[in-house]
Amino acid sequence: MDKGIHIEGLSKRYGEGDTAVEALKDVNMSIAPGEVVGLVGPSGSGKTTLLKCLGAVIEPTRGRMTLGGDVIYDSKQNGWKTKDLRALRRDSIGFIFQAPYLIPFLDVTDNIALLPMLAGRPNGASRARALELLQALDVAHRARAQPSELSGGEQQRVSIARALANQPPVILADEPTAPLDSERALAVMRILNQMASQYQTAIIVVTHDEKIIPTFKRIYHIRDGRTEEEAGEGRDIF
Amino acid sequence: MISLAGRDILHSWDKFVLTGIGLGLLIGATLTMAGVYRGMVDDAKVLLTNSGADLWVVQKDTQGPYAEASTIKDDVYRSVLGLPGVEQAANVSYLTMQVSSGDTDRRTMVVGFEPGQPGEPGYLIAGRRLLRSHYEAIADVKTGLALGERVRVRRHEYVVVGLTRRMVSSGGDPMLFIPLKDAQEAQFLKDNDAIVSDRARTAANPALNRPGVPGLVDAINASQTSNRNVNAVLVRLADGYPADSVAQEIRRWKHLQAYTRDDMEEILVAKLIATSAKQIGMFLAILTIVSAAIVAFIIYTMTLGKIREIAVLKLIGTRNRSIAGMILQQALGLGVIGFVVGKISATLWAPAFPKYVLLEPADALTAFAIVMLVCTLASTLAIRVALKVDPATAIGG
Repeated sequence: MDKGIHIEGLSKRYGEGDTAVEALKDVNMSIAPGEVVGLVGPSGSGKTTLLKCLGAVIEPTRGRMTLGGDVIYDSKQNGWKTKDLRALRRDSIGFIFQAPYLIPFLDVTDNIALLPMLAGRPNGASRARALELLQALDVAHRARAQPSELSGGEQQRVSIARALANQPPVILADEPTAPLDSERALAVMRILNQMASQYQTAIIVVTHDEKIIPTFKRIYHIRDGRTEEEAGEGRDIF
Repeated sequence: MISLAGRDILHSWDKFVLTGIGLGLLIGATLTMAGVYRGMVDDAKVLLTNSGADLWVVQKDTQGPYAEASTIKDDVYRSVLGLPGVEQAANVSYLTMQVSSGDTDRRTMVVGFEPGQPGEPGYLIAGRRLLRSHYEAIADVKTGLALGERVRVRRHEYVVVGLTRRMVSSGGDPMLFIPLKDAQEAQFLKDNDAIVSDRARTAANPALNRPGVPGLVDAINASQTSNRNVNAVLVRLADGYPADSVAQEIRRWKHLQAYTRDDMEEILVAKLIATSAKQIGMFLAILTIVSAAIVAFIIYTMTLGKIREIAVLKLIGTRNRSIAGMILQQALGLGVIGFVVGKISATLWAPAFPKYVLLEPADALTAFAIVMLVCTLASTLAIRVALKVDPATAIGG
């Protein structure tokens, strides 16, 4: 499996000596392009730490990570392959948060277009890309609206569009359905699956939301910093 | 690339504008304080210019006639006129006092002058010059007097026949110009009761009212009630005569002091208003510090309110310098709004001040530079906070 995201023997330890905490212990994961997998576990199990390592926000202690066919981290070879983690996140990783966290002073289009612009693309092309994504997510009619004028569901769709803006090989979704009711939560999952398939993006959904867990075809359970893979129900939500 | 600062300002423009107005009023007060100082300096210079003199001859060991009391005899000017290079020399008297017009009391500096001589108001903006020897006056517009209005100075009433402008004392009191003889009388003449009482005392004194010396008591009474003093002699020099050398000649008489224009500026600007200047300087320093504190507090608070957005911006790849630039631009934007509001406010309310407020363009430019500097410094606290925001804050707990 060349593309997608692959994690081998990933560990993360906080602190030193007697007070050290091993938050991740030899984690192995592999997600193919276009696949949506769940990362499920109780509070304190290491979900957020794993997400931060995958998101190049914190440095793992050991292990190896490959993204879109490129090694981005290898503890045996001086850690991160690039010093510019900001650019790595901008170009290769999409983020969806529990709350949409749209930038309140940018309209919907510019919330999405900001990412390609940060990557150096021209404003026109960036906005065209934003409109394309808004159409794909069926919110193009709110393109000029301010985030505060959108419903919760629309905001979440815009945040998904933002995550896809730079066509990253992987999207990390941190409990994207937590504040939503069943119907809207399933709608978000439908969109994520559609987008993963359409843009061939690997999506990891961190959740403990019982409403959406049956929708995953593959689930990684994380307990005490260790992951276990199991097949999900893969319930049809379309 | 999108201007994050510009968009944020547009998004919350009401908050920005209101804050800018608040800051602007403070900047307006600061500009006005500077204008008050400039006005004092300019008033002093205009006073010297409009007096039409090149030299001021005053009592020895005094810094009169504006900064200290000075008394010299009114025939000194004749001796001064005899010096080489002196074209005109004229007596003047200055007395700060309350004058009344109708039911209104006004504080003015009453100036006694001789028409056509140095000391006369430089120009009129209405009415005419004095044509009669007594009981006519020219008033500075700041007195509030109108043409034809009658104003009471001591025992006599004067009709305002002319109006002038920018003639105020170093204390800011507007001037009222009356004939020198009247001014001398107003300054030195006793009231009627005191004169009658003095005359009775003189008549009762056998040493002063001697039998067989007719006219002695009358001469003594005339001497007691007449006044031969003025405050200064203003001298105008002929072309080509340096003021310093003529002043030096006058000082050599030992009982007189002579000041050139530069000397008088030194007295009026550097000495007379030095304390006021320090006072204003302190106010300016305090207002600058308060402005800086306000900008710092506002920008800091606004940044704290955007911590989550800043974390998201960092997470999705926004550079630190872009975020710092956003905060700096907002601080500078606030400064620009504040400066514009301050400049407009100061311009609007300056004419309402009782003293002349001179708003110099150069001061405004300096103030703008200081405001920008203050805003830049004030934004550093917020920038430090923003740069410390961990992008991980946007993820999970």
